[in-house]
Amino acid sequence: MRIVAENLSFTYNKKSKFKVDALAGVTLTIEEDSFFGIIGHTGSGKSTFIQHLNGLIPVEKGSLTVGDINLADKSKIVKKRYKELRSKVGMVFQYPEYQLFAETVYEDVAFGFRNFFPDASKEEEKKAVFQTLALMGLGAEYINQSPLDLSGGQKRRVAIAGVLVTKPEILVLDEPVAGLDPVGKNELMKTLRVLLDNGVVKTVIVVSHDMDEVCENCDSVAVFSEGRVVLSGSPKEVFKNSKEMSELRLGVPVTGYLKDELSKMGVEIDVDFTRDDFVEKVVEYYKNIK
Amino acid sequence: MQAIEFKNVSFSYGDGDSRKEVLKDFSLTIKKGSFVALLGRNGSGKSTCAKLINGLLIPTSGTVTVFGMDTKDKSNLFEIRKRAGMVFQNPDNQQIASIVEDDVAFGPENIGVPRKEIKERIDYALSVTGTEEFRHSEVARLSGGQKQRVAIAGAIALLPEILILDESTSMLDPKGRKEVMEVVRTLNREKGMTVIDITHYMDEAVEADEICIMDNGVITAQGTPNQVFAQKELIAKCGLELPVSAKIAEKLKSAGLPLPEGILTKEALSDKLCELLRKI
Repeated sequence: MRIVAENLSFTYNKKSKFKVDALAGVTLTIEEDSFFGIIGHTGSGKSTFIQHLNGLIPVEKGSLTVGDINLADKSKIVKKRYKELRSKVGMVFQYPEYQLFAETVYEDVAFGFRNFFPDASKEEEKKAVFQTLALMGLGAEYINQSPLDLSGGQKRRVAIAGVLVTKPEILVLDEPVAGLDPVGKNELMKTLRVLLDNGVVKTVIVVSHDMDEVCENCDSVAVFSEGRVVLSGSPKEVFKNSKEMSELRLGVPVTGYLKDELSKMGVEIDVDFTRDDFVEKVVEYYKNIK
Repeated sequence: MQAIEFKNVSFSYGDGDSRKEVLKDFSLTIKKGSFVALLGRNGSGKSTCAKLINGLLIPTSGTVTVFGMDTKDKSNLFEIRKRAGMVFQNPDNQQIASIVEDDVAFGPENIGVPRKEIKERIDYALSVTGTEEFRHSEVARLSGGQKQRVAIAGAIALLPEILILDESTSMLDPKGRKEVMEVVRTLNREKGMTVIDITHYMDEAVEADEICIMDNGVITAQGTPNQVFAQKELIAKCGLELPVSAKIAEKLKSAGLPLPEGILTKEALSDKLCELLRKI
């Protein structure tokens, strides 16, 4: 399912003095089969945008289509398709582990499944829960544990499993690695990549503040500022604009900083800003001049 | 006098079968005016440490003292909390008022700061955290990162002698994180505020005077950033990693580039790389 937004705008508290223009004309296409990064300064509209994707925030102005569902269309026919939309677009909020509520990991994950597949048998439910937890790297030993007894990284995996079990095509995650330790961060990003590569989901959309992480993991990036998309493309296309990225309060990955500093010394290397590519190109340069 | 002293502290959550020992005979001294980064994987006991400092938790055994005051003695708690401010990981856990300036004023009002001074403190706290423009906004309508800045402003308005940041910059954009850390650094240098920064950002930890690594309820390494990050195996064993620049430097070294040990920052790596690639 492709996501196409055109001139999407949204204002919070429209008629009060607390009015905030959160989106001011977002135009953006997110293709299927991509690991898509959404970055931007705090308050740039990232979270407001993604909440539009499964209809949590109704389209106020502009257009937005998710697959063949036109969310700007307020007719009853479209309203009836919201449940379908929510089954296709899985949403993982900031600190999703705060939403864990059941007594066991199994019950917590099964909750979402029962909501979306009310006619499924116990057997099907069990299979779906076990499979999903396994996809998130959690073995059968966790099934009967209380989610509250797990570590931060494990809790978050359970929370994501609770969304994934509803079999969404698009998985949207708002700052999925905030608060996780470095190993937990890397593992979770890797898991998301595996979900995409194995076709478990067709699109992964992550909101992030970490340029290095975005650069290492995402295929495409959109940069939000003041409620608009100001830059978009591959990480290479986006991060080459180091001056703009700095003005947008984001900066570039460490590799981008190094490329710029080397360039000032007349050392030009063409990199895609991933660490491996940077190391390869620098080593190549070194060998050539030696 | 030391700012904070943990002496043989043990702490467990729950009891009976569900008892979980988080800190085990844990000792740590934090000097007044120092800037300490506390690192460790999720579940290693860092946040428990933070809560023991201002008496939100009381040790199962051993003692925690703040400026010589034992946290076990309830009559000390008001004074301890006045002097040791804390910013939690999720700002939603500590915001009380509906409007930003009221929220920032809550702390100073509670400790009985005169009205005129409260206003000055709010102005100061909002200005250094870059939240002036939200002064009259509703807290609930701010973004995650904006709320986090307001939470930090609320702690700064208390002018604490000790500031404990528990993953308090996790939702900020890179520049925002840098700005907040600069403010904290300035308060540390100019006012002698003791800072304990619990973080998962290794690049942030590099800026501290001292790093403590916790794993499984004990301290596994302590020293300057250079001393600690030189212990590569231990870092990996504790579920951590090197700062990004150090990781790149390691990769370059193993690919045959003659780079020195101890590169932790992007500035240091850039200097060395420019030197190396230019001179030939």
